Amino acid sequence: MNVREEQADILLIGGGAAGCYAALTLGEKHPELNVLLVDKANIKRSGCLAAGVNALNAYITPGHTPQDYVDYAKEDAAGIVREDLLLSMSEGLNDVTAKLEKLGLVIQKNPDGSYAARGWRNIKINGENIKPILAKAVLDQSNVNVRNHVNIVDYLVVDGKVCGAWGLDLKQEEIVLFIAKAVICATGGAAGLYQPNHPGTSRHKMWYSPFNTGAGYAMGLRAGAEMTTFEMRFIALRCKGTIAPTGTIAQGVGVPQVNSRGEKYQGKYGNTTAQRLWAVVRENLSGNGPCYLATRGISPEQAAALERAYLNMAPAQTLFWRESGLSPQEFDVEIEGSEPYVVGGHTASGYWIGADRSTTLAGLFAAGDVAGGCPQKYVTGAFVEGEIAAESAAKFAAEAAPKMDLTVIKDTISKQVQHFSGADTETPYTAERLEEAMQQAMDEYAGGIKSHYGYSESSLKIARRHIERLQGLSDNLRAADAYGMLKIFELRERLLVCQALLAHLAARKETRWPGFAEHLDYPEMRDEFKVFINSRLEQGEIKIIRRPLAAALEEAVS
Amino acid sequence: MSIAIEKHKCVGCGRCTEVCPGNLLQMRNRKAAIRDVRDCWGCTACVKECPRKAIYYYLAADLGGRGGRLYAENNEKEIKWQMQWPDGSKEEIVTAKQEANQY
Repeated sequence: MNVREEQADILLIGGGAAGCYAALTLGEKHPELNVLLVDKANIKRSGCLAAGVNALNAYITPGHTPQDYVDYAKEDAAGIVREDLLLSMSEGLNDVTAKLEKLGLVIQKNPDGSYAARGWRNIKINGENIKPILAKAVLDQSNVNVRNHVNIVDYLVVDGKVCGAWGLDLKQEEIVLFIAKAVICATGGAAGLYQPNHPGTSRHKMWYSPFNTGAGYAMGLRAGAEMTTFEMRFIALRCKGTIAPTGTIAQGVGVPQVNSRGEKYQGKYGNTTAQRLWAVVRENLSGNGPCYLATRGISPEQAAALERAYLNMAPAQTLFWRESGLSPQEFDVEIEGSEPYVVGGHTASGYWIGADRSTTLAGLFAAGDVAGGCPQKYVTGAFVEGEIAAESAAKFAAEAAPKMDLTVIKDTISKQVQHFSGADTETPYTAERLEEAMQQAMDEYAGGIKSHYGYSESSLKIARRHIERLQGLSDNLRAADAYGMLKIFELRERLLVCQALLAHLAARKETRWPGFAEHLDYPEMRDEFKVFINSRLEQGEIKIIRRPLAAALEEAVS
Repeated sequence: MSIAIEKHKCVGCGRCTEVCPGNLLQMRNRKAAIRDVRDCWGCTACVKECPRKAIYYYLAADLGGRGGRLYAENNEKEIKWQMQWPDGSKEEIVTAKQEANQY
């Protein structure tokens, strides 16, 4: 493959919510900096917001304060949060919302002109075109250049400092080296680690983007960055089959969950995000399932409004209602839990960062789902983190870039690509088959759907052996083109994220978030685990580091 | 869960290959084609991007599909979501871009 080089002051990896907002910030506030935004697909619809989004779920409504949001997120995560990160995020939520409205996002207004709230911390929008709106704003910036369809594989690291990244241009079939003074990682979290709800034809009908493969986590681990809280997995409670959101109905219309006997059961289990999922798991195991959102009896107007709302974010649900004849007005909506994901935007998995969103690697900043310690950030929180990371990276980029011997770097990268190139393979396995094997092992032994999200020390050990075996096998895979190679790299990213996740699950010997992670050997919450479980990859092994909850800002990145 | 391309309607403009968040669409003999239907997330970005309504979205059999097709006619003001059923009948739902979700 041909090797191409590009230079910038700041390299942004990933053009989803956080990456686009970072680019926008650098465009508007730092026109002197030359910025490159690189995306695996096309920023118009890439990332989590491809289909749209139903509401802005992080907003401080009148009568509430950013500290209220911090308190809410802390309680929902049973205390395992970085309050400093949550506060700086919460303080920026309303400004980024106003910015998005200026760019063209439609937000529902009250007669007095204020935003119409859906709850105390979220507002109603039309989010179908949120991504095209953001993408257009980014493309309007004269100092930001966008490179679509380039998948970043790894950072360029010189003397412990991140000086760029390299990737594969999927359309040009080229290797691209991006050299920069500062790098912001905004690649999102990891889907596809566990067997999905529908492993066959609809294997990608999932909550999170199936194209978010944990690349940022894997790149960080390989470069020696410290990660946090992978064990706080996120599992979404969704509409059965379509995996469409439930909040629109539960919170929007305001209907309760009921079991097949018509009983409202939520009160028995508590009302955190994890507990709402756990309630469904327990009811099903008790023989009371399936579980539903009790929509039967809503008005025709409500049903019609729901149909339109789902078209703006999850069209499958509207098609399902019309096609099956099971309209929400006449039938309750069945719900189920998804497979587990590793994310930093709903839960708190990701890079261990400072208040300025700097990672433990010099020159590297993180924002959005890839950044840890700051859950419940959702779309607007990802914007704020993108903004903070952009400002910090701009400051860092004022320093001169170190001299790099590109000849050696290029040679190493070419050899790595060469290793996986080739039409003929001697292995009977493919990346797809190994991915299925990984998902099956994680499902059975690391708390997937099949095991009702529970695991034990013994089962985690078995999962670890499978992941090690698959990592070995993945080394023998070969691909004839850039897309095929992308599939190999994605598999290897996921396997490394699984390796780290298993170490985190084993290290937290308690059950802090029933539903999200149930350790069957330790079914209770334990005081000694009021700590962060962090990790680093050292000589191929995941080393666990415990960090106190009240880590002061200066200690956070030490 | 996936999309299907009606080749006779495809004019080969390539817009869908640009916009798919999974790089799943490519041009083959000047027509759009999907690499593997199992890899589709169901976001409908391509359905809304296609200027000829040559791409429809459908519920796979494992999700309870009954052969219905969902097309989108996307203009500046609204999206006309058109459903076509196996018996030939049609239904349409319009979502206005200036109207926020009620829920």
